[in-house]
This record gives sequence, C-alpha cells and structure tokens, in this order.
Amino acid sequence: MSDKSRKTILTIILIGFLFVLAWLAERCLDEYVMRVVRTGLIYVIAAVGYNLINGIAGQFSLGPNGFMALGGYMVALLMLPLDQKKFVWFLQPLIWPFNAFSFSKPFFPLAVALGGVAGALGALIVGIPSLRLRGDYLAIATFGFSQIIIVLANNLIPITNGALGIKGIPEYADIYRCLGWAIVAVLIISNLANSSYGRAMKSVRDDEVAAEAMGIPVFRIKLLAFVVSGFFAGVAGGLMASLITTVSPNLFSFSMTFNLLIIIVLGGLGSITGSAVTAFAFALISEVLRFVESPMTIGPIHIPGIAGMRMLVFSLLLVLLMIFYRRGLFGKREISWDWVFARFGKITGKGAEAWSHKTERS
Amino acid sequence: MVSQNGAILALDNVSVNFGGLMAVNEFTFTLQKGELAGLIGPNGAGKTTIFNIITGQYEPVRGKVFFKGQDITGWRPDRVACAGIARTFQNIRLFEDLTVLDNVLVSRHSKLKASVLAAALNLPGYINEERVAREKAMELLDRVGLADLANAEAGSLPYGQQRRVEIARALAADPELLLLDEPAAGMNPEETSRLMEFICDVRDKFGLTILLIEHDMKLVMGICERIRVIDYGVSIAEGTPQEIQSDSRVITAYLGEEACEYS
Amino acid sequence: MNASVLFQQLINGMSLGSLYALLAIGYTMVYGILRFINFAHSDIFMVGAYSAFFFIAVFRLPWPLAAAFAVALTALVGMTIDRAAYRPVRDAPRISALITAVGVSSFIENLGLVTVGARPKAFESPGFMSQVFHIGSVAVTGVAVWVPIITVLLLAIMMYIVYRTKIGMAMRAVSTDIEATRLMGVDVDRVISYTFALGSALAAAGGILWACKYPKITPLMGVYPGWKAFTAAVVGGIGSIPGAMIGGFIIGLVEVLTVAISPNLSGYRDGVIFLVLVVFLLVRPTGILGETLKEKV
Repeated sequence: MSDKSRKTILTIILIGFLFVLAWLAERCLDEYVMRVVRTGLIYVIAAVGYNLINGIAGQFSLGPNGFMALGGYMVALLMLPLDQKKFVWFLQPLIWPFNAFSFSKPFFPLAVALGGVAGALGALIVGIPSLRLRGDYLAIATFGFSQIIIVLANNLIPITNGALGIKGIPEYADIYRCLGWAIVAVLIISNLANSSYGRAMKSVRDDEVAAEAMGIPVFRIKLLAFVVSGFFAGVAGGLMASLITTVSPNLFSFSMTFNLLIIIVLGGLGSITGSAVTAFAFALISEVLRFVESPMTIGPIHIPGIAGMRMLVFSLLLVLLMIFYRRGLFGKREISWDWVFARFGKITGKGAEAWSHKTERS
Repeated sequence: MVSQNGAILALDNVSVNFGGLMAVNEFTFTLQKGELAGLIGPNGAGKTTIFNIITGQYEPVRGKVFFKGQDITGWRPDRVACAGIARTFQNIRLFEDLTVLDNVLVSRHSKLKASVLAAALNLPGYINEERVAREKAMELLDRVGLADLANAEAGSLPYGQQRRVEIARALAADPELLLLDEPAAGMNPEETSRLMEFICDVRDKFGLTILLIEHDMKLVMGICERIRVIDYGVSIAEGTPQEIQSDSRVITAYLGEEACEYS
Repeated sequence: MNASVLFQQLINGMSLGSLYALLAIGYTMVYGILRFINFAHSDIFMVGAYSAFFFIAVFRLPWPLAAAFAVALTALVGMTIDRAAYRPVRDAPRISALITAVGVSSFIENLGLVTVGARPKAFESPGFMSQVFHIGSVAVTGVAVWVPIITVLLLAIMMYIVYRTKIGMAMRAVSTDIEATRLMGVDVDRVISYTFALGSALAAAGGILWACKYPKITPLMGVYPGWKAFTAAVVGGIGSIPGAMIGGFIIGLVEVLTVAISPNLSGYRDGVIFLVLVVFLLVRPTGILGETLKEKV
C-alpha cells in the first residue's frame, strides 16, 4: 500500500472517529456544553477560511465579519418559516422573493451553502476593487466594506429588519452538521493550501513582484483566496444564525473579526490545521473565561461580574503574541500524518524527513 | 523599425522616463535565437530598467517590444512570463519561506491545467498533474545540481546557492529567453568561475537564449558572444568582447565612473 | 432648506469637522513617520475625555487646569503605548504592527469598560460652552462657536511646533527618510515618542471638546469619531498635516449635510463616511494633498 493511500485511509478513520465522538458527546454532555462545542466548530470554519487569505496569501483582510453577516442573513431569510416572517416584518413587509417561500429542514445544508455563496459573492465584489491595495490600505478598505455591510444590515429593513434583527430561525445547526461543515472546510482549505494554487498564494505572500515574473496571475490568485475565504465566512455565519436562532447587526460586529484574528495569529498565520485547533480551543477557553464576567460568590466574598474582562485578556494576549511570539503556536507548519509519525517515532521515510528538515530552523 | 529576421527579441526605439528623467532613451536592440549576449554599463545606466521593460514591470512611454515576432508591449509580467521569458533579479527575490522545490514548482503553476475545484478536492486529474510537475521539478534540480537541497527552505541557503536556485526557478518555467540580472553579484572569483560554467552549461542543456547584465568583466568577456554597452539610458557601443574592450567610448564611460568611484 | 438652517448646519459641520481635524492629525503624523495606522488613536481620544472628567468630577480641579492635566496625561499615555507596544514590533513585518495596533485599541476600550463601566458618564462642561449666541435669526450654542476657535488655536500651536522648532524639524526629517535621519545621529525613537505625545495631546483636546459637545461619555465613544477622523486623514492625503485639517472639515460637512439633506439618511451617516473612505482608498489613495509613492522593482 502506498504512503499516500495509507494517509487517506487514516484521514477517513479520523473523520469516522470524530463523528463517533460527536455521537457520544451528544449523549453524555448537556445542552449548554454542546452549544459551546458547536460554536467552536463554527469558529473552526471561519478561522481556516480567514487564514487562507491572511496567512497563506498574505493579504491582510479585516472583513470576515461582513461576509459572515451575508451568510447569516441569507440562511435566516431562507430558513425562517413563513408565518414567522410575517411576524418579524410587521412594520414593513419583507421583499420578494423571500416573502414567498421558506426552506424545509432537509434543505438546510443547501441554505448554508447558499449562505456561503452570498459570502463568496460579497468577497468578489469587495475584492475586485480592494485587492489592488496592499498592506494597511487593504486592511482598511476591507474593514470599511464590512462596516458598510453592517450599516446596510441596520438600515435595509425590508430585508434585514434593521437593528432588531431576525428572530425565530429554526435551530438545525446540530453537532453533526457543524462537524461536517468544519471537516469540509479544513479538508478543502488544506488541500487548496497544499496545492499548486496554494503555492501560488504563498509566492504572492512572499514576493509579489517575483511571483508575477514567474507567471503567477497575482491579482487572480489573491481574488481566489479572498473568495474562498468569503465562502467559508458565509457558511460559518449561516450556521451561527441557525445555532443562535437570531441574527442582528450586532452579532456580526468587528469583534467577530477580532476574535478570528486572535485565533489565526495564535495558531500561526499560515497554518490551516493550527488555526482549526486554536479556533476550537478558543471557543472553549472563551466560555471558561466567561466566569470572570459573571458575578460569583467564593465563601464570604462576593465578586460582581466585570464586563469586558474577557476581551481585555484576549487583547493583551494578542499584543503579547505580536511582541514575543509572532509565529504563533504552529508557525507555518501543518499538523499532517507525517508530523504525527515524526512526533511519535514511527518514521515513515521521506515525508517525515522533509518535515524534520523544515523544523530544524524554526 | 528594426529588422526582426529570426530575432527572438527585438526592442524598437524604447523609452521610459521617471518623473521627467529619461531612464532609457530610444533603445533599440535585437537578440538572435540561441545567442548569449551581455548588457553592460555604469551604475544607473538603465540596464535593469531595460529588463523591467522586457518583462512588463514597466510600460515604455514610446517604442515597442517584440518577442518571437509578437508585439508584447504593455503585457502584464505574468503574461510575458507565460509567453516564454524568465528572469532573475539583481537583489535575489526568492520565496524565502518556501522550500527550494516549492520555489521551482511555483514557476510550473502557469502550466497547470486542473481547475481550482480539482485541486481543492484532490481529484485524480490534479494529483496526476502535481506528480508530473514534481518529477519534472526534481529532474530540473538534479540537472542543475540542487537536488539534495530540494527540501531546504530557500531563505536559509547561503548566497551563492540562492543565486542558483533563482536561476533554476526561472528555468522551471520552460523559457526560451532567460534574463539574468547581475548573476555574479556578491560572489568571489572562484564562485564566479563556477557560475560561468553553470550558465554556459544551462544554455547548452536547455537550448536557451540568454541576455545578462553583469559588472564582472571577467564573466562578461568570458562567456558573452556579443555585448551592448549603455550609459545614461542610451546605447553607446555594441560588438564582440574584443571590439568592446578596445572601444574608446566604452573606456571613457567606464574610466569616468571608475575615476568617480575612487576619487 | 432655507438660508438660516443652512448657515446653522454649516456652523455645526465646521465644529464637528474641527474635532475630526484634531484627531486626524495624530493618525497622519504617525502614518507619515512609521507608515502604520495607529488604531488605538481613537481610544486615546476617549482617554483624554475621561481624564478631564475625573480631574473635574473627582479631584474638583478648576476647568482650565483639569483640561491641561488631562492633555498632559493623555500625551504620556500615547508615549507609553508607543514605548510598550509599538517599539518592540517596529522591525517586524508591517502586518504585525497593524495587528498590534488592533490589539492595543481593543485593550484600551476593554480596560475602559472594566474600570469605569459601560454606563455613560455625564461630562460637566464649562459655562461658556453652553451659552447661546444669536446671529440674526440663528441661534448658535457656545460649543459650536468655541470648538472651531479653540481648534484653530491648537492647530496654530501644533504647526509652530512642527515647522518652527528643532523637534518639529526632526519629526519632518524622520517622516522624509527614517534611515537617513538615523544616520545623521538623530535619536529616532525619541522623535517618534514625541510625535506620539503631540498627536495624543491633540486627540485629548479633541476628546475633551467632543465631551463638551456631546456630554455623555463612554469607553467606546472614540470608535466612530476615530474612523471618521481617519477617513479625514485619508481624504486629505495621509501623511500630510494640512491635508488632515482640510479632510477633517470636509468630513464634518459631509456628515452634517448628509443628514440635513434628507433625514431619511440619518441611519446611513456612518455608512456614508465609510463609503467616502473606501472610494478614496480605491480611486485616490494618496488623497487630496498626499504624494504618490512609487514601488521599486
């Protein structure tokens, strides 16, 4: 059996194992913990997509919250039952065609995929003008566009119901669907990152001029990374809408992008698997840290909840990471089967050697 | 209009200016298929600018660039590269975070036929193409003697080897014309003579046309069949190494510069 | 819209615009020198307003003294941020500096939320700010009149420092060519530090005046004015001090007139500014007065 097909089989086994784990978790853990786990999986989707444009292609975007919003509203508009639509848009009617139909449960994955398409289209429209800019300017332009999306969400009442948001979205984003999408996101994005297209993205990241001189269509490669990233932001936004059962402009504020930024920096800009692991861990830790924001009583001492404490810790963490630990937990490395074998002593020839060669320097 | 009989590259009265300053002025030049020619001149004479015009980094304000008889003036650099012109840079521009093999593979990307979807889903068609590309890249690295460095990070290599990797990366694009911008810069005499062998070797093995910019006269006179001298963006002489060495205008241009340098 | 309403709106636009100008200068000066966007500048503005609030409400200092102390304290905060967070990433890739700035901004905002709470505080502005002037049939509040006047005074002082003093000369030298200035024996880090101090002092003044105009202050009060001021800097030509002033007034007028023209658009007033920002970045990233930077190959 070849090295490659052995790895494929291992990957399939791992995926099977994850679903078994999800099945067990659903039986053993309570609703609250499962919510956190599902949130974690959604973060995984958004983070690996975000890392493709920021870490792999090196184009600094500050816009994923806007593309998540597009996905979120798309899923809300598609999935909200018709009577609920009449109830939500009681002042101004919802526009056609969304007032005429609603998807039933079996079509939920299609709705999420369409949420992804909304995110990708948004990224295409934002990316075509913006990706001609570089560095800080690109960051600001993507930020500006995302803010515009949020302002539109606040004002286009016949579509978004404004600041009140849309309530009563059916909660179909169960653990299996979240896990399924997370696996799809990680597999597709790591395949892409390791492919010839991914190499082209990395060459653009390292040196645009040289990449262009080697025949890489720089702009199209950037746009590709941006649109794929927008697609998965849309998917994540759509799943989040269904998980929380509500969407509002506030849900997709800049702090969403901020969280994703911490995740990809901590996991290592350029490491897809690194940001997947970190995203999941982030959601859990973030939930654990929630206790510092809620009032508690330890023996005789009563401590009132301190709002903002979590974000304070995360902001400090981000700054400290940038100063002292810029490469993050995984640097640009990927957790691959070679890595696993190398780490656990089962050296499998070439791959592991290549890996150990790469790590010598880092 | 220049005569383009059999010329692989022809620059016809090309001019470029930067903020009023004529960096290259009415430059005309042809290169025959299979030639190994040199472009020399004092610092700031406009040599690299000419490379940048050929490869599409700069668009000339006047004049035209022809490659294999086709007008390529104003083409984007990636399109020029795909048409068959590859280059190296004066100040080595490798993809430092990538391995030597990946650097070379980047140049093969434009040959890829599989779609993004095939790559993202790891479909057999893509896997096959990737395997072939890797084999070709390894074969190339083998031929230029870099095979054992394939998995080393490009940025970590010593200077001399980075130069060779850059040439290998340019070769991987299957060019017909190779532009080398000061390939011997920063090399000691021994490394330079090895590089000379390497360049001649590459030309014969790959059947290339080569145009190079170089300050190292030993290298230029040693391997170039024809030399063009420019100063202040204008051609001042052309000929075989022997003719150039005895040309009075060239001597003035260079002595002038040397005199400045050592004063 | 009749003439007196238009006149009133113009005055409002000028006073709002002068506040944006004060804030925009900090963005533009730092960008001019370090080629980096100091995201935390909008939060410096908030720190300025809160320091004045505490000097007045807690320490019961007289108004002018409180304002002066607040400005000085905020300048110190600006210098500290540069020293602690930005200097260590100075030689890192540009993106690292930007991420650091995003982090510092969020840090200050949340530090504000944790220490003073999210609930708005009522800012006590001095009497002359709430006085009402009558010009013909138009009634104008003191704030609308005093803010542009104080701003012009502050800008004059700042221009004097930048164009007439030795440290100002060093700042301009550093923004022209940081390496060459270093080679000339100038302590570049110190110059950068003073630049942060000067920019932060103006931001603090802006914050205090803002609080006089809109007397409810919160830890997030700087966010939108910050973006508008940044837009002003881009519109004027980032890196150019006169550009920042012109941009500030333009943005102030655009904002006021958007709402004046059609009240239906009031929900979009922030959106319009972001649109201006994006359009300028895409169409004329060098702004009105900025110079073009050409990339070397």
